[in-house]
Amino acid sequence: MTPSRTLATTRRVLSQIRHDPRTIVLLLLVPSLLIGLVAWIFSETTVFDTVGPAMIALFPFIVMFLVTSITTLRERRTGTLERLLSMPLGKGDLILGYTLAFGLLAVLQSSIAVLFAVTVCGLQIDGSVGLLVAVAVADAVLGTTLGLLASAFARTEFQVVQFMPVIVFPQILLGGIFLPRDQLPDVLQTISDWLPLSHAIDALNAIATGSEDDAYVLGELLIILAWIVGAVVLGSITLRRRTP
Amino acid sequence: MGTVREPAVVVTDLHARRGDHRVLHGLSLSIPAGLVVGLIGPSGSGKTTLMRAIVGVQIVQSGTVTVLGRPAGSGELRRRVGYVTQDASVYDDLTVRQNLDYFRTVLGAGRSDVTRVIDQTDLGASARQLTGSLSGGQRSRVSLAVALLGSPDLLVLDEPTVGLDPVLRRDLWSLFHDLAATGTSLLVSSHVMDEAARCDRLLLMRDGDVLADDTPAGLLTATGTTDIDTAFLRLIGDDPDVRPGTAP
Repeated sequence: MTPSRTLATTRRVLSQIRHDPRTIVLLLLVPSLLIGLVAWIFSETTVFDTVGPAMIALFPFIVMFLVTSITTLRERRTGTLERLLSMPLGKGDLILGYTLAFGLLAVLQSSIAVLFAVTVCGLQIDGSVGLLVAVAVADAVLGTTLGLLASAFARTEFQVVQFMPVIVFPQILLGGIFLPRDQLPDVLQTISDWLPLSHAIDALNAIATGSEDDAYVLGELLIILAWIVGAVVLGSITLRRRTP
Repeated sequence: MGTVREPAVVVTDLHARRGDHRVLHGLSLSIPAGLVVGLIGPSGSGKTTLMRAIVGVQIVQSGTVTVLGRPAGSGELRRRVGYVTQDASVYDDLTVRQNLDYFRTVLGAGRSDVTRVIDQTDLGASARQLTGSLSGGQRSRVSLAVALLGSPDLLVLDEPTVGLDPVLRRDLWSLFHDLAATGTSLLVSSHVMDEAARCDRLLLMRDGDVLADDTPAGLLTATGTTDIDTAFLRLIGDDPDVRPGTAP
């Protein structure tokens, strides 16, 4: 692994996306528009103040998961991955290069989403907005790395899209949006304790209500980072220079 | 040709399968260095599997593949072997130059290399265009240009001239011979027999076996034929003139 090759990969992925302006617009604006829709739905009630923080975790996570998994699957299918792996490119160069490129987009996307939720939708944030953005970005990067990993197990675009309900939906259902996590049946609560999105939502809620101190939020952030590192390592292992 | 050089590739008792299909079953061959060697045979004869094994991206069941004196796929070979797959393995959503710039950085080749390979493949006029907007023939030339980056010692080209017009094909074959003249070894596959005549040496493959390993002229003499097509048919015993029972 060398920094020049990793950064060249990041630059290459960003150049590819730059040639596709529609994707950039969708990537940056769709989460904000969805958060706006949720705020509108609950505009006559106080529900948005409770679910709003979770929405900031949810939509960037889903969008980044989809975009990344499909982009990397395309790389596998067009033969460019095989070509790269026959060259002196480290597997880490590729995975990290992708993570950096989409991570950068995640920073923009999450910042826009948080800004939109706070200023336009009037989401009440008692804690630090900077910390809120940090958790949202970590969450979007998590979507990216899980998408990288998922693409290794898919052979077609149809399959990779099916991974979204498999990997993403259970995390949403168990994340405490539909029912607070402490009211879940014991088994489901234990599972939910292990899922990264639960911790992202917990952290965002804690920041929004100011109910916990920064140490708690940093602890939750650390759990998300551990998942990111795990997905990157597993993703590198699934890349094989030799294939059948 | 008089100088003694180690063969570019030595394959010994190679067994490999693609999916459930046993493609290579005990293949042995040697590819001389500094020549344009044609790998000729019908679709499904094992050309691509052999090429993938030489490049080191194919899982093999048993046997050895030695490339430039090292085991195929070893780290040091990754910048000494250029590989062109049948599909143009380039990024459609990058310009020609952006594609070449990226692969150049990956290979650690010099900046001037990009201009050199653009000239060699005659892509100067389309260097700033998106690769996806080019014709099929142009895209496959971009893929070839990537393989030329870093001036590899061995070029493995899987059907590089498919879909190209005759003028371009002639130009590419003359490029191949220019490269060989500077010491590069080339292995070029084709299922078009008329391209075989342009090679220095031929490997005729069928069902994972090498039927003949000869110069084009030697092959014609040995089979008593005047074109490679007929020579191939005679070798597989499917020539109507010599089919058992119908021979005079």
